[in-house]
Amino acid sequence: MNRELKRVSILALLMFLTLLVASTIIQYAQAESLAADPRNARTLYESYSVERGPILVGGDPIAHSQPSGDDYKFQRVYANGPLYAPITGFIPVNGEATGLERSLNDFLSGQSSSQFFDSLNRLISGQDPMGASVEVTIDPVLQQAAWDALGEYTGAVIVTEPSTGRILAMVTKPTYDPNSLAVHSGDQVEATYEGLLADPGDPLFNRATGGDMNPPGSVFKLVVTAAALESGRYTPDSTFPNPASLTLPGTDAVVRNSGGGTCGGGSEVTIATALRLSCNIPMAELGMELGDAAIREQAEKFGFNREFEIPTLTEASVYPRALDDPQTGLSAFGQSEVRATPLQIAMVSAAIANGGIVMNPNLVDAIVAPDFTPLQEFEGSEFGRAISESTANTMVEMMVNGVENGAASNARIDGVSVAGKTGTAENGESDPYTLWFTGFAPADDPQYAITVLVEDGGGLGQEGYGNLIAAPVAKQVLEAVLNK
Amino acid sequence: MTDQSGPAVGAPRSAAPPTASVRRIRMPQKLRNLELGLLLVACIINAGAIVLVQLGALGRVDTQLVLLGAGLSALVFGLHICMRFVARDADPFLLPIATVLNGLGIAMIYRIDIAFGDIGWESAAVRQIAWSAIAIIGGIVTIIVIRNHRVLFRYTYLSGLLAIVLLLLPLVPGLGRQVSGARVWIGFGDIATFQPGEIAKIALAVFFAGYLVRNRDSLSMVGTRFLGMRFPRARDLGPLLVVWALSMAVIVFQRDLGTALLYFGLFLVMLYVATSRLSWVVLGLTLFFSGALIASQTLDYVNGRFRNWLDAFNPDVYSADGGSYQLVQGLFGLAHGGLIGSGLGEGRPDITPVPQSDYIIASLGEELGLAGIFAILALYVLFVARGFRIGFAGQDDFGKLLGVGLAFVVALQVFIVVGGVTRVIPLTGLTTPFLAAGGSSLVANWIIVGLLLRLSDTVRNHPRLVIDG
Repeated sequence: MNRELKRVSILALLMFLTLLVASTIIQYAQAESLAADPRNARTLYESYSVERGPILVGGDPIAHSQPSGDDYKFQRVYANGPLYAPITGFIPVNGEATGLERSLNDFLSGQSSSQFFDSLNRLISGQDPMGASVEVTIDPVLQQAAWDALGEYTGAVIVTEPSTGRILAMVTKPTYDPNSLAVHSGDQVEATYEGLLADPGDPLFNRATGGDMNPPGSVFKLVVTAAALESGRYTPDSTFPNPASLTLPGTDAVVRNSGGGTCGGGSEVTIATALRLSCNIPMAELGMELGDAAIREQAEKFGFNREFEIPTLTEASVYPRALDDPQTGLSAFGQSEVRATPLQIAMVSAAIANGGIVMNPNLVDAIVAPDFTPLQEFEGSEFGRAISESTANTMVEMMVNGVENGAASNARIDGVSVAGKTGTAENGESDPYTLWFTGFAPADDPQYAITVLVEDGGGLGQEGYGNLIAAPVAKQVLEAVLNK
Repeated sequence: MTDQSGPAVGAPRSAAPPTASVRRIRMPQKLRNLELGLLLVACIINAGAIVLVQLGALGRVDTQLVLLGAGLSALVFGLHICMRFVARDADPFLLPIATVLNGLGIAMIYRIDIAFGDIGWESAAVRQIAWSAIAIIGGIVTIIVIRNHRVLFRYTYLSGLLAIVLLLLPLVPGLGRQVSGARVWIGFGDIATFQPGEIAKIALAVFFAGYLVRNRDSLSMVGTRFLGMRFPRARDLGPLLVVWALSMAVIVFQRDLGTALLYFGLFLVMLYVATSRLSWVVLGLTLFFSGALIASQTLDYVNGRFRNWLDAFNPDVYSADGGSYQLVQGLFGLAHGGLIGSGLGEGRPDITPVPQSDYIIASLGEELGLAGIFAILALYVLFVARGFRIGFAGQDDFGKLLGVGLAFVVALQVFIVVGGVTRVIPLTGLTTPFLAAGGSSLVANWIIVGLLLRLSDTVRNHPRLVIDG
């Protein structure tokens, strides 16, 4: 009997060994892959159970976590939610986070590798784990001014610091309240989210860095002019024929200037005049002479066809590949398939203001651990040189002219020299225009580069134009900081 | 010790009835003192676990539950004191192990109550404490009433009948209750529910032991040799077929795969130990697995269990009704626990369905980690090993068989339920001995503790003179 007993004991031991091996596989070998399964709610709760770090504007939190007393332990609160929604984004209990909540999640939740020892320290000393705080580059005065100035328009305002690429204001409308998506009821979040998705105004779009991108219209003429000057074959005084209409080669498409007539008068027109008065025909002629390759090369030097991490990922503005001559002509005044975000247009203006150097756009000043040790500090980084310093200086002059006695006159500010360019882009046969303004001030020592986008013709359909709608918005924003 | 009137089974007793003076010399209560020390450690662990749960999940210490736990400890010490009088030579490890497992179970059930917001009589932990009290008293009664395990030998067939009746109870209309598919419960009104199958496993172990000791010769001696094994005669297949049919009936009518596997596995192991014939095991396993295979093809719930097991992460299986959601959530919980666990009260075991009963091992694995699982399994290994020890050292074949049977049924039950949770085998609904919420399971397992203590006492009491193979 004892021989059998020994065998049964071995069998029992083997059964337990199997259980030990199986639990080791699950709890050790597969632990990471199981944690990464999107159906694993524990991973989600985990991200909530630490006190998530705040997002700060000028020292004040625009997002912070406070004890909630429920499963998630903390409730995320967005102070002034709609105003800062395009910056913070939101972190829902179900689904993916957006904005900085997403792009800096590792830091905010205390999971980044640079916080490892800090977390360990807090664990050992019995403190609750806590995420790092994020200080953003936003200037609260400018942000509020941009919000107020944009009023009820559908569109976006972005203000950057030309010398560093810091984003000082970023407003998009219509928008949403991230607090409504941070509630702890998954069903409620889903319902709210579905409602926002179905909203024809697309409030979830961040129109400053993406969304359904718009044709840049005449603000793209800055890129074409830059390409011309950089080629060395043109000066601002180079002239082009000045007809009242231009039929693009090989097509029936007719290009007209915005006023319907010639550009300023005379049989020939200079590039400087064409830019100042924002005429389409000479730009189309210039564009076709330059060719799409040269324009594309210049556009890409400004950042087109590329995504940026600010650190939230932006959408790439588009200057298309392989255009034929008529398309190139249309693209030269920002039509055809050219698409741009306000951020990209702001980078063009900022580069001109910054002596030709494009700075990487950036939304974050510093990431600071709970014990106040800085984890990361952001200083401006160069994307590259887009244009020479002399080209930049020439363009500044032309843009100042555009505001002082050109098509961007509504951006004039008493006592301050403003450089600017408006745009009025067509979307379809009878669709409302997209209205733009981009520029910077003070022109002699640029502190602020601003770009305004207004969709749906600012409510005026095809009656609205950039100087009427977008330029005054820019003026109002700049006045909030320049007329102090 | 006192009851000398039982039928002499196996080795004849050689020792004279001990007198008080002899007893004192032969047995300084070393074993009981060791047990007392271990019990103290067990109670400290349990109290610590409950306090940690409160600090982790409540953020404060609530004395009410600690007091209830202290009451339970008093009962355990009561059992210990009883043993000083009626089972002084019993194994010193069984009681502390059962105590610590029972206490850890209560702590985890309490922790899940907190997560669910259940308090008072709504709370499973309070009910578990009440049932634990009943169960421990059951253990005390067992050890006081059954002064000599050989009494049970007399009731072999009565035990068999009792087991059948207990198994049939849930099928009685009006009395039976169906819970999550399985019809293994009985209820009175809508309050107390009880799983008679848990008690049936003890009755079955007694029956198998008695029956096999009586009939081992005919079951093991005759037969024809085939493939190097001696196979039994057709007419001796009766008992195997009966138990097989019983297991299949449990699968079909009670829809309980785990219990069927438990009974059949118990029977096979006891049959093998009694007859030394591997052919029985081969035959039995062939029968059982062909039965299970047919069941998996014809019975939806069995088929579902296999599908959940084999293809747990398939989104269709995961989200299906009765699909692998629970299994996968349990795996997530275990993985979340990692090596050292989230700490008591710090994890999220409440996400997994029924985290306090079928899935208590996953809950413990989440909060105590792989380290905790290892410790718990080690406790079971030790418990089972102490049972097997009775088999090795016992004098009479009935006692040996019963000891092995009771120890193995605990091992097999742990394997079936933990193996189901860790995806070693298909998941079936069984309780984890001592840990899981459930009165019947507690009562059954504490009676097993009582019986094993009683058996081990006789082993110690009568040192072996002859070593046979």
